[in-house]
Amino acid sequence: MLPIDLHAAAQVAVIAAVTVLLRFLPFVVFGGGRPTPKYVVYLANVLPCAIMAMLVVYCLRGVDLAGPAHGLPELLAAAAVVALHLWRKNTLLSIAGGTALYMVLVQLVFV
Amino acid sequence: MKTARYAFARSLPVMAGYLVLGLGFGVLLQTKGYGAGWALAMSVLVYAGSMQYVAVDLLAGGASLIATALMTLTVNARHLFYGVSMVERYRDAGPAKPYLIFALTDETYSLVCSGDVPAGVDRRRYFFLVSLFDQLYWVAGSLAGALVGGLLPFDTTGIDFSMTALFLVVMTEQWRAARDHTAALVGLGVSLACLAVFGADNFLIPAMVGITLALTLLRRRPGAPEQEDAHASH
Repeated sequence: MLPIDLHAAAQVAVIAAVTVLLRFLPFVVFGGGRPTPKYVVYLANVLPCAIMAMLVVYCLRGVDLAGPAHGLPELLAAAAVVALHLWRKNTLLSIAGGTALYMVLVQLVFV
Repeated sequence: MKTARYAFARSLPVMAGYLVLGLGFGVLLQTKGYGAGWALAMSVLVYAGSMQYVAVDLLAGGASLIATALMTLTVNARHLFYGVSMVERYRDAGPAKPYLIFALTDETYSLVCSGDVPAGVDRRRYFFLVSLFDQLYWVAGSLAGALVGGLLPFDTTGIDFSMTALFLVVMTEQWRAARDHTAALVGLGVSLACLAVFGADNFLIPAMVGITLALTLLRRRPGAPEQEDAHASH
């Protein structure tokens, strides 16, 4: 093997370049001196809520409802996060509480 | 100082998640024969969590550069979304703007997407500091993983739920702040439908297309935000 894996280095460069391209493209297309199109302003207003819901689904995409635990650890921990947050409105508490519950559930209860 | 303290406090949930997920990435990369230098380079230059996990497989399998590029496009296409929704909020972000755009990960997005900060906190500095703190956590975690491997003294199984919890908290806050829940429901419904139809590995891009289409169609509904100018679209 070469002292430096050149193919792997090229792969990292490609991944970095494509990621940067995707991150900068909207700012290049819409970010010039011209005012932002109304359509984009509308999307900017509504997308964050839709994206956050999509990310939650994305995080839970691997949950196997037909598996032995039927997705219960995820469901219970997610409910705990939302309930804690509605109750105390403390971000850290909600996240730490829900995550601790999830760890207990997957390590000790649904093993 | 107040801004720095606020940014640090807001970034704490991301710290927990990134140290752990970064650690997992470093360990995984190292078991495939790529050491700390690779972990450092990727976390500094790529800085995209789930893509870096995918990249471990691409590197280990020696995937072609074309395949690598296509996989990156697929996994990271959601960043187009973040960009579109941050164009306006980052418009006057000052000299750090290129870095803010580079460092806009899922988690950082969840901390900046509201665009609001409390009185006495400098918006620009807040944006910059949370972006920087988050990347430092990620770099530190992945370096530690590559260096010490799986020597953690306790069982961390399930700790990655902290990321899910962070997104759930942001979603809950958005829900409470909004009068109109159409967008959140569209995001949830379309994502679940696409997950059911396309499966866990392929649902993200159809979901993004579907969400954009649905929100575009819903733009003309009564009470939709920013609908006063009816001709300046598409």
